[in-house]
Amino acid sequence: MDLFAALALQIIYGIANLVLISIGLAVIFGMMRVINLAHGEFLMLGGYSVIVATNNGVNIWVAMFILAPLIVGLIGLIVEWCLIRFLYGRMVDTLLATWGLSLFFIGLITTIFGAQTATTISPPFGAITIGEYSSSGYELFLICIAVLMIILLYLLLRYTKLGLVARGTMQGADMAASLGVSTQRVYSTTFGIGAALTGLAGGLLAPITGILPTIGAIYIGKAFITVISGGTAILAGTASASVLLGAINGIVAFVIGPTMGEVALLLLAIVLLRLMPQGITGRFFKRSL
Amino acid sequence: MTINRRNFLKGASATAAVLTAPAFIGQAQAADALKMAVILDQSGGLDIYGRPMVDASHLAVEEINAAGGLLGKQVDLTVYDPQSTIQFYTQYATKAATSDRVDVVQAGITSASRESIRPLLSRYKTLYFYNTLYEGGVCDTNNYCTGSTPGQTVEKLVPYTMNKWGKKVYIIAADYNYGHITADWVQKYVRDNGGDPVETEFFPLDVTNFGPTIKKIQAAKPDMVMSALVGGAHVSFYRQYAAAGMSKSVPIASTTFGVGNEHLMISAEEGDGMIVAYSYFQEIDSADNKAFVKRFQDRFGADAPYLNELAARQYEGIYLWAEAVKTAGTAERMKVIEALDAPTSINGPSGKVTIDPQTHHAVQNVYLAELKDQKFNIIQTYEQQQPTDTQLVCDLIATPNQSNFYFENGLKAAGID
Repeated sequence: MDLFAALALQIIYGIANLVLISIGLAVIFGMMRVINLAHGEFLMLGGYSVIVATNNGVNIWVAMFILAPLIVGLIGLIVEWCLIRFLYGRMVDTLLATWGLSLFFIGLITTIFGAQTATTISPPFGAITIGEYSSSGYELFLICIAVLMIILLYLLLRYTKLGLVARGTMQGADMAASLGVSTQRVYSTTFGIGAALTGLAGGLLAPITGILPTIGAIYIGKAFITVISGGTAILAGTASASVLLGAINGIVAFVIGPTMGEVALLLLAIVLLRLMPQGITGRFFKRSL
Repeated sequence: MTINRRNFLKGASATAAVLTAPAFIGQAQAADALKMAVILDQSGGLDIYGRPMVDASHLAVEEINAAGGLLGKQVDLTVYDPQSTIQFYTQYATKAATSDRVDVVQAGITSASRESIRPLLSRYKTLYFYNTLYEGGVCDTNNYCTGSTPGQTVEKLVPYTMNKWGKKVYIIAADYNYGHITADWVQKYVRDNGGDPVETEFFPLDVTNFGPTIKKIQAAKPDMVMSALVGGAHVSFYRQYAAAGMSKSVPIASTTFGVGNEHLMISAEEGDGMIVAYSYFQEIDSADNKAFVKRFQDRFGADAPYLNELAARQYEGIYLWAEAVKTAGTAERMKVIEALDAPTSINGPSGKVTIDPQTHHAVQNVYLAELKDQKFNIIQTYEQQQPTDTQLVCDLIATPNQSNFYFENGLKAAGID
């Protein structure tokens, strides 16, 4: 029973982890149809913001919740301003350009900080015990944050003027423009918010993962698989895909082994996309966000 | 360059000249300088290992040249960056052997990279040094593997940690050649010492969520965990393990932790108490080593990376070759191999390093160290350890002229149980 509870918590964390690494990508890809291959590097930059800030004496909470999203959000705005805005609607070109961007970020960070950066932070919460088992308190915290992120994003899109305008622009840019909306500004804001969410996720993961300039490559595959399996609805899609993929990955990794866990995740994604080429929300929860 | 008739003829005549007079060309080049190629990843995922090794290579060659070179000639160092891609390894090794016509290649980090260029350099008769610690088993006349092997390090690490922590060992390893073969060695040594390898798990290199495995470790209740995890993603294991409160109750020993300077990438409290075994640590308390560390830090300044076995052995590998060239009085391959097998011996930062002529591996000191506050404290020293693993399968004295990798398909296939 204890094992079951501890394992359930672990699987829920696996799901939350997928939500964290893919939510920013879901905003950028789901709303703007921009394939951001530098997504992994945005996560990495979030992690670096936290490590460098804490090494220089900044409080870890300030670094994670303010600096990481702020810095990466700003970088996102700059990237949108110098690069992405010239490439809307040209999917293959954005793919190439953002791939180049990812190489640029890796090179830049390696040049500035070297191949690795020492860190002194560890998770700000201790372990929690469930009978004979113990779990990371920080992982429980990340689960709460992932849920909170989804709720806040829902409220933002559903109930604010910005959300309304953004959704309108995504559905029909011409119509929105003719009603007086500056679509250009909506695009850059959306890209900035997506980047900031990614930076926040990277910062939050910093205390429990290794941070290297090249670490982004590890996240990008899973983030894309989650977002594309999820389909067009940003929140419902990311959440439902994360639940399915994270659960199968966690269960198989525990029962058989981590290699098969990865295989099971990829296999499920293939089956999902074969049955539902438009993603989960192409068939279910169609009208959701 | 476009191919027109004039260029083609020019090229063709030059090629003909090269083909008809290779001996002449060789001599003409040899008169200028001795040539060394270093092929190590300075970008991509393996750069955490490669960059310090490249720094160490520059330092070694600069020192040799400042001391008057070898045989009165300067050593000309060419550094290639294969970008963590195997294809570039073969490309640059071919270039070094056929176009640069180097006297020695000092290259390779992963076993996959070594196996991609080892047969090639053997075919081109270009002397090859592989200075990375690895799983053992290479038996090649043309190839010197100077790094430590499981028969030297794991053989000491397993009994020491089992005595300290207990006999139930949970093994976790990277899911490729190195991890599998090393896990085989760990299982063998655990059984040899009367222990129980309860479970062995392998992880693809891009796994970052170790939660399910940590639960499995808790369920299996081992006395210790032995890790052969590799690369940046796997650093997450140590952090999540500590976050789950496990690092105090079930301690970790590792065959890989630290060679990528992972101990700096996790906080002090997460890493404290881990035990590792290598043939070099920056903390070795000897005059030779202190002078080496100082020269290295003076040369590379504030950016100088923490020194580990990979960088120190790359430095020593170059000195082993240099020493053999001096003894042989020439850089010609077979003469240098004879000198190396004499055997060549140097006193490097890690202590005395001697070539083992039977296996073309190195007899070397091995140190056990415990991590404390992101620094390794040496707790045991084992002088002059033989490469006992490779010696089981390889005898280049009895059967020279081979080019084999005996552990390619694991230990069982090599007849070791």
